[in-house]
Amino acid sequence: MAAQRDDEAGWSAEAARRVWGGAVPLQVHLHDADVTTLPPPPPFLTLGPRIGYLPLLVPIIKAHFSSTLPPGIDTVWFEYKGLPLKWYIPIGVLYDLLCADPERPWNLTVHFRGYPSEILTLCDGEDSVKWSYMNSLKEAAFIITGNSKNVMNMSQADQGALWQSVMKGNLDGYMNISTRLKLGPFEEDCLVRTSSVEGQQGSDEPESPGSGKPCRVPVRLYVRSVQEDLYDLEDALPVGDWESISYINRPFEVRREEGRSYITLEHALKTLLPEFFSSKASRIPDDSETAPQAPDSAPNDDSDVTPRSCEKLESSASSSPQEANVANKGKIVKLVRVQGIEVDMDIPFLWVANNLKNPECYLHICVYVGTRKREPKDGR
Amino acid sequence: MGGSTTVRDGTLSHGDFVASAKALIEKWKEIDVDDALPDWRWKPCCKMGVPSEEEGYLALEGVYRNHGGSQVQSCSGNLHFYDYHVVYSFSYKVPVLYFQGHQSGGQLLTLDEIKEDLPSLSLKLLGESRWTFITREEHPHFSRPWFTLHPCGTSDCMKLLLEGMQDKDQQVRYLPAWLTVVGQAVGLKIPLGLHCNS
Repeated sequence: MAAQRDDEAGWSAEAARRVWGGAVPLQVHLHDADVTTLPPPPPFLTLGPRIGYLPLLVPIIKAHFSSTLPPGIDTVWFEYKGLPLKWYIPIGVLYDLLCADPERPWNLTVHFRGYPSEILTLCDGEDSVKWSYMNSLKEAAFIITGNSKNVMNMSQADQGALWQSVMKGNLDGYMNISTRLKLGPFEEDCLVRTSSVEGQQGSDEPESPGSGKPCRVPVRLYVRSVQEDLYDLEDALPVGDWESISYINRPFEVRREEGRSYITLEHALKTLLPEFFSSKASRIPDDSETAPQAPDSAPNDDSDVTPRSCEKLESSASSSPQEANVANKGKIVKLVRVQGIEVDMDIPFLWVANNLKNPECYLHICVYVGTRKREPKDGR
Repeated sequence: MGGSTTVRDGTLSHGDFVASAKALIEKWKEIDVDDALPDWRWKPCCKMGVPSEEEGYLALEGVYRNHGGSQVQSCSGNLHFYDYHVVYSFSYKVPVLYFQGHQSGGQLLTLDEIKEDLPSLSLKLLGESRWTFITREEHPHFSRPWFTLHPCGTSDCMKLLLEGMQDKDQQVRYLPAWLTVVGQAVGLKIPLGLHCNS
């Protein structure tokens, strides 16, 4: 047991080191309208930390392009193939989501004017990013412990040090402070730890294990559709607008179920995205990558799917029946990416959550869903 | 049982949110409401074009206000319109208010312009209470920034507000009580009739 835990600790440390060291090669082009010299300046090459944020790169990018920028006040934003990039989404997640076939280097366009404020929340540089990060950390703390007090009660010095660690990719500095927040690791039979009342309940655990609150894992899902018959990812159509991506900010509640030795990533996704796991896919062995597990999971799958099927039938009746049916039948999960890794569906979910989460304690999951092309809907 | 437990800590389950939202819609139609206020509607949300009856949000749209009401000015040129959405937060297990205002021509209002439309009580509340401060966040269903009251203090506030109530009443009264508090902060008057049992 002790030896096994030492091994686990070693692997976790290695995973954290790799996650924190992960970077996306970026080639930043200055938008044509912001060029005031001939010839136009060469693009700027840099590495964007996966767990970092685009606005934090603005100082070095601005230095590179400074001699050619137009006069006036800068309002910096980034764009990829016409899509303004949301600065509060980590760089690695944007890359995993928007580059179906990883583009190396990732070609981005930087603008210094014409901020699309109807699409993007304003960003005042580092302070806005820090606020966004702390806000996400508070939310994650609430999910995990039932309140945000550990984060709210941090001293200004600790908050500053934590943020500096995140900005500079300083894993050791981050661990020194974040361990005091007591936000992990996620365990199957965990109880909420912070509240003294919960502590009392915890003492009752041997008598009634079910009385404890289930562990909740902060998850942010980004669901993108690709052509159903897509074979090569390089043929995927680029994302034209954010409305075509489903963003789901919803924690996963860890509930141990009989017959399961562990909770798979697939099970977690089925819970969070029931619409995209049609009953056919889970029943046909050929389509399922978890065929070996089929005997064990079949009963649960049936019980899980039946209520959803009823709900879908109801919703079909309320809206256009054929359209909804076609939409449902045509969707299936093709690919799941976390920290740039295409993860198997049968991997233990809690391993993924504990080892591949971002510094704000969120697990960001990019899901590619195959969609049958019918009518292009401009009116949506 | 689970429902009662969660309400006691100031949170609301998703199921109770959906049920009480639909109850509020019906109640709103029955009570005496200011003529300027339209009806609340339930809007199911879509994921990649698949509608979900289970998930959605409450919407009150097209609420108009005369900008600088006390001044004598051209009426049509100073009308502001407000949309209010009540969205359930799975993270905080509480309802969250998202809102935005626009001019009659469709141009979005800034926060300063919105504050000019607010009565002094709302401004006082926004300035003093730690439970109501306005930020600009992405609307969960629209991928665009809307104004919102940050939900991190809601459960503490609601716990105080609902103390002493019978358990079975809490689930029914949670949403009207919450709406009255946040409504005051953003200048949205909630009729007293919403709280009375018919």
